[in-house]
Amino acid sequence: MTLGRKLILSMGVAAMFSASVFAADITGAGATFPYPLYAKWAEQYKAATGTGMNYQSIGSGGGIKQIQAKTVDFGASDAPLTAAQLDKDGLLQFPTVMGGVVPVVNLEQVKGGELKLSPAVLADIFLGKIKKWNEPSIASLNPGVKLPDLSITVVHRADGSGTTWIFTNYLSKVSKEWNEKVGNNASVQWPIGVGGKGNEGVAQYVQRIKGAIGYVEYAYAKQNKMDYTQLQNKAGNFVQPDDVTFKAAAAGADWKGTPGFAVVLTDQAAKDAWPITGATFILMYKKQDKPAQALEVLKFFAWAYKEGDKTALGMDYIPMPTEVKTVINTAWKQITDGGNVPVLK
Amino acid sequence: MISHEQRLQRQAMQDRAFRWATLFFALLVLLVLVGIILSLLIGSLSSIKAFGFNFLVSEDWNPVTEVFGGLNSVKGTILTSLIAMLIGVPVSFGIAIFLTELSPVWLRRPLGVAIELLAGVPSIIYGMWGLFVFAPWFADNVQPWLMRATENIPAIGWLFQGPPMGIGLFTAGLILAVMVIPYISAVMRDVFEVVPAMLKESAYGLGGTTWEVVWNVVLPYTKNGVVGGIMLGLGRALGETMAVTFVIGNSHTAVTTLFDPATSISATLANEFTEAVGELHTSALIELGLLLFLITFVVLALSKLLLMQLRRNEGAHS
Repeated sequence: MTLGRKLILSMGVAAMFSASVFAADITGAGATFPYPLYAKWAEQYKAATGTGMNYQSIGSGGGIKQIQAKTVDFGASDAPLTAAQLDKDGLLQFPTVMGGVVPVVNLEQVKGGELKLSPAVLADIFLGKIKKWNEPSIASLNPGVKLPDLSITVVHRADGSGTTWIFTNYLSKVSKEWNEKVGNNASVQWPIGVGGKGNEGVAQYVQRIKGAIGYVEYAYAKQNKMDYTQLQNKAGNFVQPDDVTFKAAAAGADWKGTPGFAVVLTDQAAKDAWPITGATFILMYKKQDKPAQALEVLKFFAWAYKEGDKTALGMDYIPMPTEVKTVINTAWKQITDGGNVPVLK
Repeated sequence: MISHEQRLQRQAMQDRAFRWATLFFALLVLLVLVGIILSLLIGSLSSIKAFGFNFLVSEDWNPVTEVFGGLNSVKGTILTSLIAMLIGVPVSFGIAIFLTELSPVWLRRPLGVAIELLAGVPSIIYGMWGLFVFAPWFADNVQPWLMRATENIPAIGWLFQGPPMGIGLFTAGLILAVMVIPYISAVMRDVFEVVPAMLKESAYGLGGTTWEVVWNVVLPYTKNGVVGGIMLGLGRALGETMAVTFVIGNSHTAVTTLFDPATSISATLANEFTEAVGELHTSALIELGLLLFLITFVVLALSKLLLMQLRRNEGAHS
């Protein structure tokens, strides 16, 4: 064998090798809320199977844009797309985990989880109608709690965000005025308050401004030891945000009957339900140009549903119920290659 | 061996090639500029079509109903830069005068180096300092005092009201002032230094005080450079993004006092561009970029006009 032939051969082998490695790495982009979990899953999955997953947390809006531009294998969004939007682009949507959005406050004399808020009061605070912490509408909900004579500073997200989508979805449901004046979107025209960029930005502002109230993902609030509040749910009970109340909110949802799994878990009727609960979603094209890649993506999420629950719970995310996973598994059959053959056997 | 003639010919060719190359580089700048304007125009086309002139006077910024207006962002950009200039220019002027006229010689160098170092600090550092250190201190110690002190002064009292949370228009302007001071004072110091010693000594010899010498001799001699330095600072203030985003409060509501949270063009872009869903939102953001471009252009043109005016007056005097 001449040197030239050897070189060509070794290059060929190298090319085959690298192709087999790089083709298998899957890419995704989108929502920031599930990012810590997806990163952890990716690490564990890589250790278990050797396949890497690269997820960029650029935000839900960015995730939708990227999947539409087909620069990634899957997009991720906290705000579910409607069935009409999904059909227009030929996308399949399925939920991965759930979590809650919690109001967080900065009140020196009030302990975390002690303050009780009703839906009407929460909406009025974010509408700018309740201006002080010791106003009767708040005080009457909190007998025995010493509320300070302090101005309320509302803190919201400045960037578009799935967290904002879930939060404003809830406010739109419980307050007619909010629904008419502001509405439900990933970013809205806030009547009042200061805007922070990302969960971190909101957290920073809340922790720095005395008398501030904001909203962040539960996992974020817990990891950063922020003082969250209780909320009165649809059944009229005051509940604390935790895995029990999030699960209660998810239990009543009709996953099977909702096209695109676009279930919104806010303001659920269950007795223990945390009222601002939401799922986070994955977006994939039904017709795949790269069926091999799509198969790897589906394999990853199949693994995550099977093996990833413990990791999710440990990081304060709520896994999907088993029966929902079964429905999702069936839905995956809709993802096909060019010849209408499902990529997942 | 090449002849003398050949060598001359070759040198002439080199000269020509060099001239073409530099011309090409210079034209490249123009090309990039035209490219930026064109792509901004094309990107903002659907927003311009949808809102027209209304974009400039509307305070709405509603992603839900997709009604956008740039007034609050434009106002925020101009007001924060204005505050920065009102504070930054006199301070920079003082620094430059001290360094060139009054400072003991051994202090000049370390102070000069310190200022140049400050000019090199990345803006995000200023932003973080503003949010973590300055804003809480300002909210606890300065804002309540300022509010009480100005409460009963008729003309400016309303300016300093509002929630004392340390974040807002005024803080953003202050941080910007801190950021532009090194730029402006470094340029001012450099131009003050080139004033011929003879001019200054003559003025001192006639019995002028330091202030008189600076005001009547140094400043007229260096006005081009001074205006240039101020414009450099203003340019930085207008376009500054990260530091402003940290402390301005990012609120699209109309400002009524200096302590209100507000937003600027660059802060709005930084916050919303990646997450803007829908053509109109993205297009409106690009139109904001176009507006920032226009504002910078107008500011630059005004400074040129100012200089021309100054020069004309000069002619009238002599």
